[in-house]
This record gives sequence, structure tokens and C-alpha cells, in this order.
Amino acid sequence: MRNPIHVKVPRTAAKNEVVRLMTKLNHPMESGWRQRLDGQTVPKALAGRFVCLFNGREVFRADLDSGTASDPYLSFHVRVAESGEFRFVWTDEDGNSIEKIARIEMKEG
Amino acid sequence: MLSRRDLLLLFGAMAANGMPFSWLFREAGAAPRDAKEHLAKLTGGAEQQKGGVTIILPAATDQARHVPVRISVASPMTENDYVKAIHVVAERNPTPAIASFHLGPANGKAEISTRIRLIKTQIVIAAAEMSDGSVRIGKARCKITGGAGACG
Repeated sequence: MRNPIHVKVPRTAAKNEVVRLMTKLNHPMESGWRQRLDGQTVPKALAGRFVCLFNGREVFRADLDSGTASDPYLSFHVRVAESGEFRFVWTDEDGNSIEKIARIEMKEG
Repeated sequence: MLSRRDLLLLFGAMAANGMPFSWLFREAGAAPRDAKEHLAKLTGGAEQQKGGVTIILPAATDQARHVPVRISVASPMTENDYVKAIHVVAERNPTPAIASFHLGPANGKAEISTRIRLIKTQIVIAAAEMSDGSVRIGKARCKITGGAGACG
């Protein structure tokens, strides 16, 4: 899969500004609800855990279950007091994780 | 032999006890009761208060597999008063759980958005666990049109 994670982080922010962050993962998020024509249930396969860290500190966590749409998208807010990097980590049920890093800088003055 | 009056009294008593007739027409999949039980489990059985949680869903959609939802909680999000978690459940999906979001004072604003699956017209419930231990809930209904639920 090419470039499975998308993130949107503002390049700069004023001190203590609340910024909106967005992320999306390309993943089918099998709910375990679907049945094939032969009556077999398609097994559940979710990328159920998302964590966002700012300079190594957890700022947001989501546990996603079957009711979440495929290609899960999340938007949330974080108050930033310093320059640093956001790490967006998605983990599936087998423990495989994939992550992306985005930097944010404080505005001058 | 029961008389008509006895039957009426019996049904009246059942209705008064809050015992609906859902056991007669129980469908496969979740019922609103399952969603409530799941929510109680997630919040540790704390008492739920209405208000303070806004949940925005489209009034009607034919894209049941990707229903956009935005949830915001009225909270100053300071060190002493913030939202610990937001739990989202659906009343009539095959399994009620949608997602749980864990927040803290670092968020600055208790507002999240995502996309969910809804297999039929139903009510979605969001419960916010506050830092003082109280639980606030908000509800919204979304009508699924077009007959293609999110199971496909």
C-alpha cells in the first residue's frame, strides 16, 4: 500500500494556540458484520488503535470498533505551547503499527 | 378463561412496568438495550446526565458506510475541568460499539470528528466522561435512505 497515512498539521502556530489536526488511514476496517455468498462471515480486521504524541507525550488516543467507517478519518484539537513534532501512530489488531511524523513551529514574536 | 378486561389489565400492567414487547419481535443484531448496556460498561455505570454534548449527524444520508459525525462537549478543557473520554455507540448496528476517544487538558477544545457506519436509520449516542467523574450524554438520529446499509 502506497502512502497509507495522511495527516494535516499546520506548519506554524502562535503560542498556546489550539490547532486542528486531521489524519486518515487507508484500511478496509472489516467490521465482522459482512457475510460472503457462501454464508461465511468475513472475519473482523480493524486498525483499532490510534495514538497521537506531541514531543513524545500522548495527547490523543482513539479506540475504534466495528462502527467506524473504512479508511478511518479523525480530526481533533491540540493546544501547542512549543515547537515540536507530532507522531501519528495507527496500530492494527495484530500489533502491526505504522506512523507518520509532522513538525509544527512557533510563530515569531 | 381470561376476559377482555383481564387481558387489558395485564397488558396495561406490562406497559406500566416499562416492559416493552420487543422480546416478541427481537431481531438479530443489537437493540437499543445492548447499546445502553455497552455504554454503562464503558462508563463504569456512572449516572448519566443529559446536555453538554452536541452530536452532529446528517439528518438523512444514502452513504451509510461513511456517515460524517462531529461531537463537541462543552468544557473549558483546563487542568481542573476537562473531558476524559468520549464514547460513541449506535443503537441498531449489529454490534453497538463505534469508538472511544481519550482526551485531556492538552487538547484545548473537546471536539472530534470522524466517519461511522450505520446499517439502518437509528440513534447514535455519545457519552462524555468528565474529569469530575460525571457522565454527560447527547443523542442524534440519522435516517438511512436508499436501502444500502453499511453491511455491504
